[in-house]
Amino acid sequence: MAREEKLVKTIDIPLLGMYLALLLLGWLTIYASELDVNADIDAWDMSISSGRQLLFIGTSSVLIILIMATDYKFYDVFSYFIYAGILLVLVAVLGVGKTVAGSKSWLGVGTFGVQPSEFAKFATSLALAKYLSNPLIRLDRWPDLNRAAIIIAIPAILILLQNDTGSTLVFSAFVIPLFREGLPPWIPNLGLGIVFLFVLTLVVPQTWLLVAIGVIAVAAFFIIDKTLNNVIALAIIASVICLVVIGANYFINDVLQPHQRNRIKVLVQPGIDPLGVGWNVTQSKNAIGSGGFLGKGYLEGTQTKFDFVPEQSTDFIFCTIGEEFGFLGSLLVCGLFLGMLWRLVYLADRQKMKFSRVYGYCVAAIIFFHFTINIGMTVGLLPVIGIPLPFISYGGSSLWSFTILLFIFLKLDAHRSQMLSRDAG
Amino acid sequence: MFESRQRTIIFVFALVAFVMLLRLFYMQVIDDSYKEAAANISLQRIIEYPYRGIVYDRKGKICVYNVPVYDVMVLPKEVKKGMDTTRFCSLFGITKEEFSETITAARTYSKVKPSPFIKQLSHTEFAKVQDQLIDFPGFFISPRTVRGYDHSSMGIVLGYIGEISAGRLEKYKKEGNNYYRSGDYLGISGLENYYEEQLRGKRGVKFMMVDVNGIQKGHYKDGIFDTAAVRGDNLYSTIDLELQKFGEELMKNKKGSIICMEPKTGEILAMISSPTYDPNLLRGRDFSKNYLALQKDPLKPLFNRALMAPYPPGSIFKTLQALTAMQEGVIDSNMVWPCVQDVVHCHPHPGPCNLRQSIQWSCNPYYLQVFRRIINQHKSGNTFLDTRIGYDRWREYMSSFGIGQKLGIDMPSEKKGILRTIAYYDRIYGEKHWKYSNVYSLSIGQGELGLSPLHMANMACVLANRGHYYTPHFIKKIGEKGTTPAQFKVRHQTKVAAKHFESIITGMQWAVQGGTVWSQARMKTVTICGKTGTAQNPHGKDHSIFICFAPKDNPTIAVATVVENSGFGGFVAAPIATLMVEKYLNDTIQRKNLYEHMLSRDYIHKDTTSNGKRGEAGKNH
Repeated sequence: MAREEKLVKTIDIPLLGMYLALLLLGWLTIYASELDVNADIDAWDMSISSGRQLLFIGTSSVLIILIMATDYKFYDVFSYFIYAGILLVLVAVLGVGKTVAGSKSWLGVGTFGVQPSEFAKFATSLALAKYLSNPLIRLDRWPDLNRAAIIIAIPAILILLQNDTGSTLVFSAFVIPLFREGLPPWIPNLGLGIVFLFVLTLVVPQTWLLVAIGVIAVAAFFIIDKTLNNVIALAIIASVICLVVIGANYFINDVLQPHQRNRIKVLVQPGIDPLGVGWNVTQSKNAIGSGGFLGKGYLEGTQTKFDFVPEQSTDFIFCTIGEEFGFLGSLLVCGLFLGMLWRLVYLADRQKMKFSRVYGYCVAAIIFFHFTINIGMTVGLLPVIGIPLPFISYGGSSLWSFTILLFIFLKLDAHRSQMLSRDAG
Repeated sequence: MFESRQRTIIFVFALVAFVMLLRLFYMQVIDDSYKEAAANISLQRIIEYPYRGIVYDRKGKICVYNVPVYDVMVLPKEVKKGMDTTRFCSLFGITKEEFSETITAARTYSKVKPSPFIKQLSHTEFAKVQDQLIDFPGFFISPRTVRGYDHSSMGIVLGYIGEISAGRLEKYKKEGNNYYRSGDYLGISGLENYYEEQLRGKRGVKFMMVDVNGIQKGHYKDGIFDTAAVRGDNLYSTIDLELQKFGEELMKNKKGSIICMEPKTGEILAMISSPTYDPNLLRGRDFSKNYLALQKDPLKPLFNRALMAPYPPGSIFKTLQALTAMQEGVIDSNMVWPCVQDVVHCHPHPGPCNLRQSIQWSCNPYYLQVFRRIINQHKSGNTFLDTRIGYDRWREYMSSFGIGQKLGIDMPSEKKGILRTIAYYDRIYGEKHWKYSNVYSLSIGQGELGLSPLHMANMACVLANRGHYYTPHFIKKIGEKGTTPAQFKVRHQTKVAAKHFESIITGMQWAVQGGTVWSQARMKTVTICGKTGTAQNPHGKDHSIFICFAPKDNPTIAVATVVENSGFGGFVAAPIATLMVEKYLNDTIQRKNLYEHMLSRDYIHKDTTSNGKRGEAGKNH
């Protein structure tokens, strides 16, 4: 009993509060999104999403109690086992999974189904934290970096094989904890550079881009010291950039599936595919934009009714918030997420154990990635990648996995002083 | 190590959130083009109600069709505060109190969901208000259809449609049926209910783009999300509308029921439950008022006696006893038995009867003996045990005729009637403490027995078919290209072989031509085989019962008639039944006097006993 009281005192109240606020906002919005003016259905009716979400919230609280009741050492000691278990399930999904909306990512009994890929996020975080918690590991050494990359890559590839591109991309978020733990900065910078070139190839025709690179390279040739090393380096850099450009073009036009290609192209050419993905983004933007400063009022949205944006209560749920609560709602959502991320990083850095710290950064990174991609997609800044807005979007697997992800960290944080004594002992 | 990178990461987080907010601020506060776009197009979801299927009779006459009506709907959110209520009220002919009452109710229900304001304007009423409605924002017209009838018959057969009740909606939801929404109409009784899924069709949904003034700008995405309403299937019924009307007319001022069937198919030609009601009462605006009145009526016009009322069958039951005994081999058609009235009364008839005569004259003592031979076949030395064996055997026979069970007619609320089990008698008399003398009244169709008129009509079919029947049904086919549902084509064989029927059928022929049937009820041109029943009951005068089929060979019609508290079977039920036969076979009525006479009988409001004198003389004919 005394221990439980202590737990209540040691659990981080600001983080818990922000979690609950997002949950409440999410549930209210899910009800608003699916509100059918022609039907007379209660918000908690199990035939509509808001009713089922209530069930998911209820089961999440059970998960929280279980996580809090488990010994905090469990997550450290068993992290590799959890990771291995999830990998097995991911393999199983490839065999016996159900296909929903093109992705074979569901494991289900009857009408009840879960997406194991959601749970791979916290399992990978645990494994990565475990690996990096070894004080001998140094991320500026290739062998160690490669092992870390493999831990991340295996689940990512398995999920890619399920044809769930969105969830696969989430694994790139692990670059943030890696960076925090000593990843050489040029690696993320290189990544950003490739993304930048990628965007350039969309905006500028390939030949122009190649000519421009050539001109810059020639100009640079006259500026730099013409030592052999410098010239060779310049030639290599220019060729690599050209290869990236050609590769990006090839990737977009020949590797991506047409609907994925459109999702990217629509960012720079909103006019293409106006009835397909363009319509979704346009409608999403119209809904958010028409919300104004104060919004149209709860349940008063006109754009977000009648299912005209697909995934109204899951991936595009921010439309409803933007329309009904206006810029104030946007401010609230962005503020809550930023507050949560800041708090997570702050708490992570006060951990005495490296395991807890890395895990904390993983949590922050995953939430950050989801937040960025999801909001960026609804406002038309980023391509349409179907991943949910944490704690807000409708869906059991998503809510459970984010709850587990967050509360394992809260549990670890609550015991940080004990960990010190253990380390000391 | 690398602590400074914490700041870099926080900076990236903050930068991204800032960029998002900047973008959102631009979209939501600075740039007005999104607001315009949103104002220009929003989506409206419009439900299209399908056309309900029509019901035809067996000759192609329309029994029920659809009439368009117009509901005035209100969306409270959009009703202007300063609207001209005086003009509105005078336009629709309602009082201001009614107006404020209805609008308050609508507001309480929901401000953003439409509620019906005035239901079922006719086409002319609609034309009158159509142009002016535009002055009253928040009010709009929602067209739908109600049922229409060109006649006032068949109420109990067709049933009625009505708004789904909260209870039924709840029940459907629990069963996983999410088709209906509050305010939907559905079949509540009769064929409308039984064939609801076929008749209702499929609701359609249209997604329309509308501008800020509510003007439709076309289908959303060229209609790829729209689903067209699918009209319901028409029902081709087995009913003969003219025969049905004729039967209802004959049953005026009488309580009871007539069922006419085609024996060789099980098709129901007419089903009358009297007193009945005009189906026009349960359509349209006065539904609630009329329904309440019908419900309160002590004569229970909404109660379908033909399927639900259990009657002791009386002497018509003797036919089945004779058949069972012959099949069991305990009697043969030459059995002669004297009319000894020590246990039951009989009525005056010539001498000891053989089997044919026992039917012709409906001799009670004869059937006590027949039943005794069925029940006590001396398979056990113990009388009590012997009775149990015999009774069980007898019960199997009765069940094979469809008695004591639901026949599976395509109409809700069919009742199985009463046919007791051994366990029942054990409860009443104590286990193995009952014997023939406790149950003998079953032999003449009295006692622990309840047959609905449908059971009786089915009996008539079994007799007409010499041993088998088809499940009684109302539907020839569903939809233009449909066929008869398979379950109605299954031949049900009773436990009695065809060869045992002839002497009984001849007895029935003689019952009509020179037996218990009133001489006026005979038909010269057609050989009708019938059996009278006069059932004692605790509610007053005997029920007059009659089953028959005609012609004797290759019968095309079988009839069962029950007229409650009207006396002797041969004098009331029999003439009504033979008039039905005449109407069906000849289309015109030659026996005008008989027709007028039966029409004038009133067994409800005054005690008509002109025929009763003879009827009183004896029971159980």
